[in-house]
Amino acid sequence: MRLVLERRAERSRLMTWLSPVLAVALTLLAGAVIFSLMGLDPAHALYVYFLEPVLWWWSLEELVVKAAPLVLIGVGLAVCFRANVWNIGAEGQLTMGALFGSALPILWHEFQSFPVMVLMLMMGALGGALYAAIPAYLRTRFGTNEILTSLMLVYVAQLIADWFIRGPWRDPQGFNFPKSVQFEGWQLLPTFGDGRMHLGAGLALVAVVVLYVLMSRTLKGFEVRVVGTAPRAGTFAGFSSKRMVWFCLLLSGGLAGLAGICEVAGPSGHLQPAISPGYGFTAIIVAFLGRLNPAGVLVAGVMLGISYLGGEAAQIDLGISDKTAQVFQGILLFFILACDTLILYRIRLLRSQTAYGDAGR
Amino acid sequence: MTGLEAVILTIITASTPLLLAAIGELVVERSGVLNLGVEGMMVVGAVCGFVAAYTTGSAALGVLAAVLAGMAMSLLFGFLTQTLATNQVASGLALTLLGLGLSGLIGESFTGLPGVTLQPFDIPVLTDIPFFGPILFGQDVLVYTSFLLVFAVSYVMTRTRIGLVIRAVGDNHDSAHALGYNVLAVRYGCILFGGACAGLAGAYLSLSYTPQWVENMTSGRGWIALALVVFATWIARRVLVGAYLFGTVWIMGLYAQGLGIGIPSQVLSSFPYLITILVLVLISRNRTLTKINTPACIGRTFVPDR
Amino acid sequence: MSDFLLEAVHITKTFGEFAANDDVTLRLKPGEIHALLGENGAGKSTLVKMMYGALQPSDGELRWRGKPVRIANPAAARALGVGMVFQHFSLFEALTVAENVALALPDATDMAALATRIEQVSRGYGLPLQPHALVADLSVGQRQRIEIVRCLLQEPSLLIMDEPTAVLTPQEADQLFVTLRRLAAEGCAILYISHRLEEVKALCQAATVLRRGKVVAVVDPRRETAASLARHMVGVDVADVSTRMVQALGEAILTLDHVSLPADGPFGTALRDVSLEVAGGEIVAIAGVAGNGQSELFDAVSGERLEGVGGSITIAGHGCAARGIKARRALGAAFVPEERLGHGAVPDFPLSHNVILTRFAVDDGMVQRGLVNLGLAGDVAGRVAGAFDVRTAHSDPEARSLSGGNLQKFVIGRELDRRPRLLVVNQPTWGVDAGAAAVIRQALIDLARSGSAVLVISQDLDEIFAIADRIAVISRGELSDSRPTGDLDREAIGLLMAGAHERGASERAAS
Repeated sequence: MRLVLERRAERSRLMTWLSPVLAVALTLLAGAVIFSLMGLDPAHALYVYFLEPVLWWWSLEELVVKAAPLVLIGVGLAVCFRANVWNIGAEGQLTMGALFGSALPILWHEFQSFPVMVLMLMMGALGGALYAAIPAYLRTRFGTNEILTSLMLVYVAQLIADWFIRGPWRDPQGFNFPKSVQFEGWQLLPTFGDGRMHLGAGLALVAVVVLYVLMSRTLKGFEVRVVGTAPRAGTFAGFSSKRMVWFCLLLSGGLAGLAGICEVAGPSGHLQPAISPGYGFTAIIVAFLGRLNPAGVLVAGVMLGISYLGGEAAQIDLGISDKTAQVFQGILLFFILACDTLILYRIRLLRSQTAYGDAGR
Repeated sequence: MTGLEAVILTIITASTPLLLAAIGELVVERSGVLNLGVEGMMVVGAVCGFVAAYTTGSAALGVLAAVLAGMAMSLLFGFLTQTLATNQVASGLALTLLGLGLSGLIGESFTGLPGVTLQPFDIPVLTDIPFFGPILFGQDVLVYTSFLLVFAVSYVMTRTRIGLVIRAVGDNHDSAHALGYNVLAVRYGCILFGGACAGLAGAYLSLSYTPQWVENMTSGRGWIALALVVFATWIARRVLVGAYLFGTVWIMGLYAQGLGIGIPSQVLSSFPYLITILVLVLISRNRTLTKINTPACIGRTFVPDR
Repeated sequence: MSDFLLEAVHITKTFGEFAANDDVTLRLKPGEIHALLGENGAGKSTLVKMMYGALQPSDGELRWRGKPVRIANPAAARALGVGMVFQHFSLFEALTVAENVALALPDATDMAALATRIEQVSRGYGLPLQPHALVADLSVGQRQRIEIVRCLLQEPSLLIMDEPTAVLTPQEADQLFVTLRRLAAEGCAILYISHRLEEVKALCQAATVLRRGKVVAVVDPRRETAASLARHMVGVDVADVSTRMVQALGEAILTLDHVSLPADGPFGTALRDVSLEVAGGEIVAIAGVAGNGQSELFDAVSGERLEGVGGSITIAGHGCAARGIKARRALGAAFVPEERLGHGAVPDFPLSHNVILTRFAVDDGMVQRGLVNLGLAGDVAGRVAGAFDVRTAHSDPEARSLSGGNLQKFVIGRELDRRPRLLVVNQPTWGVDAGAAAVIRQALIDLARSGSAVLVISQDLDEIFAIADRIAVISRGELSDSRPTGDLDREAIGLLMAGAHERGASERAAS
């Protein structure tokens, strides 16, 4: 027996919707298998992992806190990947956004009135965008592959942040802990509900709406889609692929930077070496699970947020490692990619009599 | 042991994992496949190698486990990108993300435990030769393997029919298919070889470089190996040069740190990454050089029509 | 022992519902040059792919020297003695000639010996080749030689050739016929696929004609006329494109003055000192063998490439060297590239979105305040489909699902719908069925008659003679002076295609 693909005449609309659902279902199935291999009751484990996080109000708020940065970064990456621009350094841009945005409250701690927040957010986005400008410049000027450069810059960004936090920006009264001073007043994002849910969620929603309109209704969105699927046709239409690289990297870098400063000025309230638990990488999965569509990213961000919360809950309730969350995320991405094949192809199982040729349609 | 001898020995240890991973990826890319999952395969190889060696007490079994783990990961990638024709960039990223998570999970209860060290060869008399003895004859089996692999791959790619077929498939998969070659089978083979090499690289890290398990211990080496293949313009001998160049830079950073010059350690630690970027820029500036050697089909999916 | 070398008996091949071959029988004798005639889509490639083992018949059988055989794959075909030269070469640009040949020979291990044999055989058949040259550096004609030599080295009893002269100059084609006749005289059967009827009449002793997957005639082409052969192929008399009214020419709408463009990458062709004028009311054609700078010329005229363009390009009186394709469209120019899918149209997009591709900057109301008017785009797509008889399965299908001819009618119709003052089109009917080709050629003539300037880049000399008022020839990036169609014949064009006008050539010869 072997698997062969048969190209469909047109992309299947049904599968476009069904594929992510199928991928999630397969991931849950894989999860059940993994849990029973670990000697756990799979039903209970899945309940703790995926259902419990959405059953209580406080955990729903916590879910929003986790999902906001994922969505914020994920929508930017969705536009990027649509245009065939492979920014995989969002984690680094997030770090840079956090650093830039933190400059004001750390260097001018007395500046605590409302404008500081606006400036911090702008600085955050600027930091992320500037950092993403490096791979954009190298790609457009020298033709250097942005995948490797943007990724290398993640390590560099984390080292830069590390230096600031352990060096000049360390809190002098902080008992030598590697952290900055605590932010105060409008240096912290306003919160909603019982306390942890912050303005970042609102920004994420705005980004989703804006980019949804951009991608589905505007010429710019059309341009992104053309350049991404058929670059020659893009040149023929008169779109510049270089400008597209700049647009995508600046946009996604800016949004990642915004997510970075929101993490610092939101949940933590100070700068510390571990700014994010890998949101910049998880957002890659979010973008794909959301079908590279801003509205889909919103749903996907919430689902990946659940997996983070579930990981924490499972650690406490079931005594299993929170690393399982990362494993689930990886498996999920695999299943999404595999299921997406169904959009363009039909899959046939063939009994293979000969290795070649007998596979007549 | 003289200072220079120590420096050279550490350069070898820093270069070997890069070399192993890069030579495997070179074969993969020559066949027209871009596997960005080197980091993931390597880190899973590292943890499986460590765990197997720790539980059995045998470093050899550790190496074997690492190779098998790397191949298993690459098989996953092969199934996705070859059989299911998924996007290679996205699938490679998925492999890395999965590998990092999986290795963390597998290795969690082994963190910080004392590992089994792969013993270097110790040939009496020869190893005792001052300076050259330890450098030439006192390495472990993986170091020699890495050199052997470079020469073997170089020979196979340029002088044998298998190499010719691999290059042909990477240059034009439609033509290769038309001539009756099984493109997917050739690519599966190359992908598995790449996985085995990445697994070896991981084994070297967790059994020789630092015989213990530390989460994310590959720290970007898989990505640097990818850059090395570009640097080498897909020519095997140049991977050797590139890997040792990078290894040297890596070690220089550490030594400078040790000397306590007033440079912050973070600056020195970022050296390998910055150098990688610099090298990529220098290489990509030379358009003709890269364009002539780049396998024309790299990253493109192939679905045989029937 | 049968008289026949290879017989395809009652072969049927279905793809889903569609029968590409329906009860096809074809018999080949040793030493015979046998033509396989048919329009695009008649089922010629499907049939030969089965003979070459690349496809398996759904029904019927193949016989080799009278005995039933199953040709499981191309390697089995080669082992049997069947060689094939594809229309789209199966060559590897990054490899040498010898390596390319070795890949087709299962037991070629000694590369040095192989190189010697290649040199001997290729020279022996009048197709000289250098074994260590990189394919990327060779011309199309030389590349075809590799394909042929690759087959000859296996000493085939049957050689299948798929449209071999489509990419050759008339002189190169003549040389090929000499080689083929010699092979046939040595006893090799040749199955010759073509739709060039004059050629078939001159070369072949038998012809099997396919139409819509069925054999409609087996004839001796030497006793037929081109018109009678065409009737077999198409089923009805092919309507000639209507002759043009003689009319006064308008002003020059496109002027190229000493235009140059460096090669795009190591495998491209540079444009050198190209000058040309196209006036309103006329069709100017650029002939030439593929890969001699046609796509570079298209890129330079359309403005797809701006960097490195030397000289001046004037459209409707405006200097355009620094203006991109959008600005040129705004001046009334329209462009149709060679590659339909992926260049002229986005494969994944429905036709309505593909309308936006070339018209967002020139149509009123297509884009308002950055928002795309999808309704208007849909209307235009419908109008184009109606006017140019674009047949679609449903109202707004994805471009990839259209047949070559239908998509080409859409891509050209999309531009004609704008009533452009200048139309530049590269290979307007390449790979298009005869019906669609006639529609397209007529549309080009009608546009010129309405006073617009039309520049056609084509490899098809029949097409050029049918529609062009003036002809220029491009060779290795250099363009000959244009001459009225009436002043030229195939021989003259053939010489120009081979580079007779090149200044570079005379410089090379002088040095």
